[in-house]
Amino acid sequence: MGEIKIKRFMLCNEAIARGCLEAGLDFATGYPGTPSSEVIDTLNAYHDRNFYVEWSVNEKVALENAIGASWCGLRSICVMKHVGLNVAADPFMSLAYTGVKGGLVVLSADDPFPHSSQNEQDSRRYAHAAKIPCLDPSTPQEAKDMVKYAFCLSERHEIPVMLRPTTRICHARSDIEIDDIPKESRRGRFVKDPKRWVLVPAHAKELHKKLNEKQEKIIEDLSSTPFNYSINRGETAIISSGVASAYAHELIPDGVSFMKIGTYPIDLRKLKAFTERHKKILVIEELDPVLEEAARMVSSSEIIGKMTGDVPLGGELNLNIVHGILEKNGISPKIRYEERDPEEGLPKRPPSLCAGCMHQPTLYAIEEVFKGDIYPSDIGCYTLSAHAIDTCLCMGSSVSIGSGISHCEGRNVVVTIGDSTFMHTGIPGLINAVYNDAKMVLVILDNRTTAMTGHQPSPGTGENISGTCKELSLEAICRACGADLVETVDPYDFVVMKEALHRAKAKHGVRVIIARHPCAIIEKRRKGEEIPFEIDVKRCTKCGDCLDYGCPAIELYDIKPIINDLCNGCGICSVLCSSGAITRRKER
Amino acid sequence: MSFDLVIVGVGGQGTILSARIIGEACIIEGRHVISAETHGMAQRGGSVENHVRIDGELGPLVPIGGADMLISLEPLEAIRYGHYLKKDGILISNTVPIVPPTVYRAGILYPDTDSLLLSKFNHAKICNANILATEAGNVLAANIVLIGLASPHLPFEEENLIEGIRRSVPPKTMEINMKAYELGKIHNEETC
Repeated sequence: MGEIKIKRFMLCNEAIARGCLEAGLDFATGYPGTPSSEVIDTLNAYHDRNFYVEWSVNEKVALENAIGASWCGLRSICVMKHVGLNVAADPFMSLAYTGVKGGLVVLSADDPFPHSSQNEQDSRRYAHAAKIPCLDPSTPQEAKDMVKYAFCLSERHEIPVMLRPTTRICHARSDIEIDDIPKESRRGRFVKDPKRWVLVPAHAKELHKKLNEKQEKIIEDLSSTPFNYSINRGETAIISSGVASAYAHELIPDGVSFMKIGTYPIDLRKLKAFTERHKKILVIEELDPVLEEAARMVSSSEIIGKMTGDVPLGGELNLNIVHGILEKNGISPKIRYEERDPEEGLPKRPPSLCAGCMHQPTLYAIEEVFKGDIYPSDIGCYTLSAHAIDTCLCMGSSVSIGSGISHCEGRNVVVTIGDSTFMHTGIPGLINAVYNDAKMVLVILDNRTTAMTGHQPSPGTGENISGTCKELSLEAICRACGADLVETVDPYDFVVMKEALHRAKAKHGVRVIIARHPCAIIEKRRKGEEIPFEIDVKRCTKCGDCLDYGCPAIELYDIKPIINDLCNGCGICSVLCSSGAITRRKER
Repeated sequence: MSFDLVIVGVGGQGTILSARIIGEACIIEGRHVISAETHGMAQRGGSVENHVRIDGELGPLVPIGGADMLISLEPLEAIRYGHYLKKDGILISNTVPIVPPTVYRAGILYPDTDSLLLSKFNHAKICNANILATEAGNVLAANIVLIGLASPHLPFEEENLIEGIRRSVPPKTMEINMKAYELGKIHNEETC
């Protein structure tokens, strides 16, 4: 077996996609969400593909499509971020009962810190609640190995399997071993079996029993993998999982025992035997104290972790934090780092909307026309704006929170939601608002893409993952939902945008304005650079209106604003400037 | 022992590409490598950090006080992430500022980065990478200028580093990128 494998420098999400192909994947679905999006993007970019792949409208329909494929006997994966699993929770929880035919992997990527999410929920809890196995990779290579194993595990026990990488794993790039991809592809066939696929109460009772019976065999299967291991070498031990186990492994000194857990359900007998050999056990994991609770359940030894306040309950871990935890608990780390403090008082550099982004003039116009009113918003790039964003909770929530507020408040409610987010879960909220006689303005920010996650197509764009397709009309959908007014405007025409908002303000009921202009990044790729604008210093009165607008292309130089190289020539600032100091440059 | 590198800058400047070049050089030399990238929300003009760890079975994040080298595409970001460096670690930095909009909104001044780069780092090599990249043919190659400036201190055979560049950049830009690399390499003005 001494053969040397070819290695490539791959992003973990690319490696997971590669692992799926090496396992003979037939069917892939997903909804974009950082840090998971590159898995489907990579599968799509693969040449000569003999499998089906789609960007679905949301995670629930993505999972149900994958279930359809699995019940036809095909190997399928459904990819989402952790909060996407909330949307897919309905099929997810019951799927454990019916089980699967072809291997089905649910990839739910968690986001400790959180880098690009609204919460820090732990998908391991979901796997536990559904009684399905969960694989928790600690390196990109292990993530690839795990996804291959996951398809086999899923088929052996006819159960869906969760793969749960975290941001630091998904977006790690490493040298990855490459194996061959099988050429042949399977054809699906649905075999009728009402006792399994028709989940009425009588069948559910029996299937729940079977699901419970599977657990022991699954634990046995998992215990044979290299994803769990332990080393005994002292009275103190560290138990760890995921990326935290890589940090712990790097710092653990020779005389301390180590147990790495990479699969769930945890083998409690092994855990008990390990804990009983040690007086003191340090549990180091990210997000919820899942390992720690299991250790406390089976052990009478001293357990140190999140529940004793030694390991932080939120955020992500790193070597410096783990270093501190070890030292505090009398374990001398193998490596010592120099104490260095970050420089304080530096100007922050948060992410911001791009120069020329269509969200900014739309939101700015809303703030001007509906001064002092209420602006429920949603998940997307627009949350980066400093204007007209009062709420952001979860996908599609703007429309329904907005209609809820409109039933309670006298002020106008102006809701904003992106085109992809509206298609995802905004539509039921609109139907509900019309049905229950809400009074609000809904502005759909239609930038013709799913920008934040890397420009994936959505049903209103006329493109799906494979190319051009039927284009669903936002206007027709909103009219069919019963909106009292549906108007489409280009927010680059700032005056017209404001007029449309004024018209909407004067009307009653549920009024929809579709603000449509392509994402500035996409437009630049298609059309190239536009001639930028400049500020005539002699005419500038230093009023600050252009700076308040918040375009990254306008910056303060000494005491006057200037327009920098980021300018994409949208020209909104020239409309806002009351002294006429901003004009398009004469030449490039 | 691992060689730990942190590459920082402003979203869109090409930090991910720089990290990729290092990673490809590792693959060529058959060495283990793991890097951490900033994707998604944080990319939009925000401060971005990429960690690269060469040799050893390691987690993806470089510890504070543990980096052998910090490459910064923007001087304020060099100061923001300076604490990642070991005391004897080296800073490689561009001197051209990108002033964040918060300077206007929060009323904080953009610091005097030229003098801070000199006073805060024991061992630093800095240059105006934008001018050198423009001279090479495209200002976007500033990240490659810095790879050139860093090259004598990177743990690679030079031909492998250059092959790493070739594998990572679009083929039609290779000539400009090679010129940028050479201009960075010969700009060997040690500032401290």
